[in-house]
Amino acid sequence: MNAPMNFEEGKPAGQVRERLVVIGNGMAGCRAVEEILARDPGRFDVTIFGAEPRVNYNRIMLSPVLAGEKTFDEIVINTREWYDDNGITLVSGDKVESIDREHKRVVAASGRIEPYDKLLIATGSDPFIIPVPGKDLDGVVTFRDLDDVDKMLAAAEAGNAKGGGNAVVIGGGLLGLEAAHGLNLRGMNVTVIHLMPTLMERQLDEAAGWLLKTELERRGQTILTGANTKEIIGKDGKVAGVRLEDGTEIPADIVVMAVGIRPATGLAREAGLEVERGIMVDDHMVTSDPAILSVGECVQHRGMCYGLVAPLWDMCRALADFVTESPSGYEGSVTSTKLKVSGIDLFSAGDFSGGEGCEDIVMRDASRGVYKRVIVKDSKVLGAVLYGDTADGSWYFDLMKKGEDVSDIREALIFGQAFASGGALADPNAAVAALSDDAEICGCNGVSKGQVVSCINGGAHSLDAVRSTCKASASCGSCTGLVESLLALTLGGEVESGPKTMCKCTSFTHGDVRKLIVEKGLKEIPQVMQELHWTTPDGCASCRPALNYYLLCAWPGEYEDDQKSRFVNERMHANIQKDGTYSVVPRMWGGLTSPKELRAIADVVEKFNAPMVKVTGGQRLDIFGIKKEDLPAVWADLNAAGMVSGHAYGKSLRTVKTCVGSEWCRFGTQDSTGLGVQIERMTWGSWMPHKFKIAVSGCPRNCAEATIKDFGVVCVDSGYELHIAGNGGIKVRATDLLCKVETEEEALDMCAAFIQFYREDAYYLERTAPWVERVGLQYVKDALAEEGAVERYAARFHYSQQFMQDDPWARRAAGEHEKLHQHLAEVRPFPASQMENA
Amino acid sequence: MMIGNWLDIGPITQIEPGTARTLPVIGGEEIAVFHTMRNEFFAIVNTCPHKQGPLSQGIVHGDVVTCPLHNWNISLRSGKALGDDEGCVPTIPLKVDAGRIYLLRSAVIGGGDQAEAA
Ligand SMILES: Cc1cc2nc3c(=O)[nH]c(=O)nc-3n(C[C@H](O)[C@H](O)[C@H](O)COP(=O)(O)OP(=O)(O)OC[C@H]3O[C@@H](n4cnc5c(N)ncnc54)[C@H](O)[C@@H]3O)c2cc1C
Ligand code: HEM
Ligand code: SF4
Ligand code: FES
Repeated sequence: MNAPMNFEEGKPAGQVRERLVVIGNGMAGCRAVEEILARDPGRFDVTIFGAEPRVNYNRIMLSPVLAGEKTFDEIVINTREWYDDNGITLVSGDKVESIDREHKRVVAASGRIEPYDKLLIATGSDPFIIPVPGKDLDGVVTFRDLDDVDKMLAAAEAGNAKGGGNAVVIGGGLLGLEAAHGLNLRGMNVTVIHLMPTLMERQLDEAAGWLLKTELERRGQTILTGANTKEIIGKDGKVAGVRLEDGTEIPADIVVMAVGIRPATGLAREAGLEVERGIMVDDHMVTSDPAILSVGECVQHRGMCYGLVAPLWDMCRALADFVTESPSGYEGSVTSTKLKVSGIDLFSAGDFSGGEGCEDIVMRDASRGVYKRVIVKDSKVLGAVLYGDTADGSWYFDLMKKGEDVSDIREALIFGQAFASGGALADPNAAVAALSDDAEICGCNGVSKGQVVSCINGGAHSLDAVRSTCKASASCGSCTGLVESLLALTLGGEVESGPKTMCKCTSFTHGDVRKLIVEKGLKEIPQVMQELHWTTPDGCASCRPALNYYLLCAWPGEYEDDQKSRFVNERMHANIQKDGTYSVVPRMWGGLTSPKELRAIADVVEKFNAPMVKVTGGQRLDIFGIKKEDLPAVWADLNAAGMVSGHAYGKSLRTVKTCVGSEWCRFGTQDSTGLGVQIERMTWGSWMPHKFKIAVSGCPRNCAEATIKDFGVVCVDSGYELHIAGNGGIKVRATDLLCKVETEEEALDMCAAFIQFYREDAYYLERTAPWVERVGLQYVKDALAEEGAVERYAARFHYSQQFMQDDPWARRAAGEHEKLHQHLAEVRPFPASQMENA
Repeated sequence: MMIGNWLDIGPITQIEPGTARTLPVIGGEEIAVFHTMRNEFFAIVNTCPHKQGPLSQGIVHGDVVTCPLHNWNISLRSGKALGDDEGCVPTIPLKVDAGRIYLLRSAVIGGGDQAEAA
């Protein structure tokens, strides 16, 4: 039965068939054999070695097996009969230990020696184990094969028997989340520890990652992002918990490591094949030895290693074509990802890191929990991230793979295939014109098209006017585009542009956003962006710091400051100078200092070779030329002398400037210094829309220049004149008189109330002077004159201050964010002693 | 003595996502090693092509860093200034393997060929 073809190749007639030995009875190895059989069933004598003691199964379905949605039998791909029917020798449960290329044979753990003519390495990959103490404890498992699933199921059962077990999954990628989901369904308390700030950060952006995290938390999982595992704690040789770098301890009966995979290249490497990250293969899956082929996760092709099955199928086709003499060649694969967690629809493909020339098209629908983002560059789809509605995933993926020009459907692209291929796309307004009068435009406020149109005809000629008249688009903003279309249709070209929106990412103004954050109880940046339908995936350098401030102001003690949304000075707690060094300004309460403080400053200047010390306009000392590495040590020394950050770098309270007042001055009417110190003690540390300066003068001669400050006190015989909204700087503005009070206590209360009103009312980056000019002095006076208003605002201010008056220098000096300050290492350009670890 | 082409500068966990850390080179130019929010790593010379701002201190978004001094945007991938600004900062080839970061030795040391021959 030998094929004549073999004969033609110069093989003697009657010669036995070529021997193909496959190492790895997994998805790629068996698929390759299937593909060969489909082309030329009689070609090889096939022997497959598998380290696992079972037939080939669909590894990706281990997740549903863990979750209890499938049984092992249901995920078997090739049964015993398949091997028998095709004359394949399956050597299962026997690991190949070496390849003897010289004699063309492999040696297995059992001692079995198998000669080959062609060898196929399909060893897949090994789970990566992070090298932390305790990684070898009993109860630390990976998620790769059926044995791992069995261990997890046993742990869940044991946990249920004692009324609830604890599982910790290290790694919040695809694999980790599927493991967590399964364990959760099996009744365990699950905690996911993820190093990055965003779950599945290779596949998702911040917006989609946040939606996913919120949904998993709603299902009862604990998700810790930005968390670094320090060690796995054991008890009697068995895992008992996990300790994080920040000291947190999480109890665990089982720990699943799912931090990534590494191509299994050991055998190939020892056999002397060319190996980089994976086993090097050409376009026909041939390794550096022409008799040895390789497919699957273990290979590196054109610089790429893959961790999904779709590319393996392409590789197996190319391999089979090649060994049956009709070479086609594999050119690499573009991949897409879906998460197999029931009830969560998530799709991601391509590149979404952004970059020059990339354009983001974003659509959000908060009521349905949908987030869609398509990245376009040069009229081609470069990537897509979909959450909540993945129906169009394959369409985007197709457009992307084919590199199709999408300029014609650009406007409708984000609405999906059905919409883009409809006729309405040429003119979005036409689609709106076609709607009936009772069609609902604004779902939040139940406003119909007819109502919006009559509101526009009634004089609302801008988006803002429509919002305030009939409320359409005033809540979540998702219908803004529709309302804008109606404005254009109804008014022709006469649409008035409304007040400036916060930035290009949103159609809302600063005022709207502030109001909606409070009304809707929005407490995280990605949540604001989702609920208010931001048109960008994660905002921009203008809206991120603003949202961070608004949330900090609205939810003191609850909202966690987002360091990524802060400019360098506020991240480093010092002022960057033009040479990249920093200046350090410790607080001097009311401009007072002492020998101890001065000595500490002098010592710092000498110890760290600061080239200059200067008295600032704010009555304190500025130490210049400090390197970022030295900042924590400088702060520690200043803290030791009782000094705290002066916040000279922040949108926050800067200084309280004082004159000497009645204590010393012959004109003084009140203790201006003492009052200044009290005010500074009360207000330091508070974050504001912009920087905020205060001064207290002891008499109307006003030596402390209180009338060009954000809040100024001028003492008079009968009490205290309180002034607001002054400004030095480029555009000088003298203060307005807010009111006059009789006691220090009243002055302090009014100061707290005014600051809080400013904090809650002004826009981010609006100083008190432009703010008061915008809203009017009377507005501020009225707000504070209301019955009980001063007490209420002051109380809110004091509440917020509980959380703000926490010296950031002390935290840094104690090691917080130390990595921001230290060098990684130092390189000396001589061999032998190349570097020292920092 | 035989030394590899790649310089091991330690584990990836030592740089928090969205930040950069610095690597002074004695007799050479300080290098900034970036870890982006998407878990990519880049190394460039820590000097802005505009007025020598320390790029390691800038805000990182996507694969771009905004210089802290005058807000030039520099591509971490190419080292080029983006938008209307013109200029370029040298990049240093970097690879991550098994959780550790490696820089191409010859690029780190600049004139490193000489140093290695010595
Ligand atoms: C839980 C889970 C869920 C997944 N979900 C998805 C998904 O949704 N979508 C997707 O595309 N991909 C998914 N994957 C990835 C997918 O399973 C792999 O890409 C695919 O299995 C790789 O095939 P392979 O043949 O290269 O490796 P494997 O399927 O791992 O096969 C390799 C086999 O070789 C054996 N072996 C190794 N060394 C030796 C040796 N020396 N001697 C003998 N035998 C050896 C191993 O025991 C193993 O059985 C998932 C993976 C897991 C673990
Ligand atoms: C980013 C740019 C700026 C930096 C880094 C900066 C930094 C400083 C610093 C460190 C001080 C010393 C204050 C203290 O002791 O806390 C100061 C004082 C001062 N700055 Fe600025 N400043 C900046 C922009 C401005 C602007 C735009 C104005 C004008 C609106 C301004 C007006 C002032 C005034 C009036 C003082 C004196 C304060 C006082 O007497 O109380 N500064 N500045
Ligand atoms: S403001 Fe009045 S009290 Fe204060 S120092 Fe000047 S003159 Fe004296
Ligand atoms: S030095 Fe970098 S922008 Fe000016």
